[in-house]
Amino acid sequence: MQLTEIRVAGFGGQGVILSAIVLGKAASIYQGAFATMTQNFGPEARGGACSAQLIVSDSPVLYPYVSQPDILVVMSQEASNRFVSELKDGGTLIVEQDLVRVSELKGNVKVYSVPATRIAEELGKRMVLNSVMVGFFTAVTHLLEPDAVRKAVADSVPASFRDLNLKAFERGFEYGATAQAVSPQSLEDAGVAYAQE
Amino acid sequence: MKADPRGVLTGVHFIDGDHACCEGALAAGARFAAGYPITPSTEVVERFASRVPTVGGTFIQMEDELAASITLQGAVWGGAKAFTVTSGPGFSLMMEHIGYAAMTETPCVFVDVQRGGPSTGLPTLPAQADMMQARWGSHGDYEIIALCPNSPQECFDLTIKAFNLAEEFRVPVMFMMDEVVGHMTEKVVIPPADQIEVTPRRHTRKSVDNYLPYETNGDMVPDMAHAGEGYKFHVTGLTHDEHGYPNMTPPVQDKLVRRLQNKIRAAADRIAMFEEQNLGDAEVVVVSYGITSRVAQRAIDLARQKGLKVGKLRLITAWPFPENKIRELSLKVKAFVVPELNLGQMVHEVERAAAGKAKTFAVSHAGGSVHHPEDILKVIVEASR
Repeated sequence: MQLTEIRVAGFGGQGVILSAIVLGKAASIYQGAFATMTQNFGPEARGGACSAQLIVSDSPVLYPYVSQPDILVVMSQEASNRFVSELKDGGTLIVEQDLVRVSELKGNVKVYSVPATRIAEELGKRMVLNSVMVGFFTAVTHLLEPDAVRKAVADSVPASFRDLNLKAFERGFEYGATAQAVSPQSLEDAGVAYAQE
Repeated sequence: MKADPRGVLTGVHFIDGDHACCEGALAAGARFAAGYPITPSTEVVERFASRVPTVGGTFIQMEDELAASITLQGAVWGGAKAFTVTSGPGFSLMMEHIGYAAMTETPCVFVDVQRGGPSTGLPTLPAQADMMQARWGSHGDYEIIALCPNSPQECFDLTIKAFNLAEEFRVPVMFMMDEVVGHMTEKVVIPPADQIEVTPRRHTRKSVDNYLPYETNGDMVPDMAHAGEGYKFHVTGLTHDEHGYPNMTPPVQDKLVRRLQNKIRAAADRIAMFEEQNLGDAEVVVVSYGITSRVAQRAIDLARQKGLKVGKLRLITAWPFPENKIRELSLKVKAFVVPELNLGQMVHEVERAAAGKAKTFAVSHAGGSVHHPEDILKVIVEASR
């Protein structure tokens, strides 16, 4: 696994940090690679802007911060507005399609979208949207072994919610397995972007 | 002796440096902490407060840092291994009692998760600007030990080391983390308890009738009494003789204060821990510590790719400063490059130890983030000329 910079961003309460913990744990504990996670959050416990930076690599991670993410996951409009411009050329953008309209994308970015919150609500608990997102991430990026991520989900959530989170992971994974990347040019047709006036 | 398994959370974890520090303290046998919450250190005591009741111990949230830093010393004299945790503004308030711990030879650990200063500065952002304060912050002549972890794994491993050194030398040990290391989450491996060596308290073997609290018995470190077993002892911050009672005369002062210094200085080479790389052919040596050592590593790698002969000396103990190592290197290298998240602190020690034999270049940073590796690289290139 070559050094990959990831940013997961949204608002507090969406499980942004936990999704980065799950991915980092999968890489460093269950897949034998290295992972370093740092986080930024506002003073609010819920609702404030929140983002996690995760770097995974085959060799020890030295520099702790993400400068140009290879993969950016945005789960709120604010997060999208703030971080989309940082995305590396040729990078991957993953959006919560019901909550985010992206704009001003570089030409060669691959965009994947998923209604993670809606899927989580169908499962009966909006709270598990992050596990849906982690499943989707695992399927579309091919960065981590799915079984490593499953194990990380299982041991990162309270026992009473383990099955529900694993189910949420599978739903996101299945959704991602058939998802097609959309190029920025055709985002508007796909309903995940708007042209800025 | 081996660690008490009740305090050891054996396994592979993905936790941040603050939590790893807490686990290190529990593994080392700490069963008491007093603290006053302050970003970015709060997670250490938050975790301790929730974990310690399950292993049989106490956390007290005090009214302020002065109270926290003296309460823990009461716990130590009562027999516990104890520590407190803070950041810059709180560390400043604790200085009086750090001097007290040095004077009374109270083995304890002060964790400082450094953030930007002066004053309240940058609560959620990193700095390494308390390094001189750790050494010189309290008045009078004394020595302390200070350790600088650069990863959550080291926050665990070196916290145990900090407690062990505190017990061996009866000295307050400063655990100098920084916000990045404290809030950074990585894999942390906690070994089984029977693989963790902990240093027990230096309890006297003398009988109640023959014991003098500050008698050194040929060693430089006196033994402590078991509280509650009939030993009589007196603890004071005033200059004291072997009986522990105030004796404020120049000869007693001279003997006591010189011993407080010498017990650390004489063991400095044994206490010193550092990590070295490519020092054999190095013309320039990058001296760094804490989070900066990881950023510096990237700069060193880039410099070596350019064909520059650059070596690394990472300070794991900042105090006592490994001056013999620097002195020895200064005779064969051109220059030292010292990046740190302050406007120049440990660089002065490097310069002092190099004593003009090699040049010294600071790479300063006012804090709030970490260096860009390119900024360190530029100075390495300049120093190589």
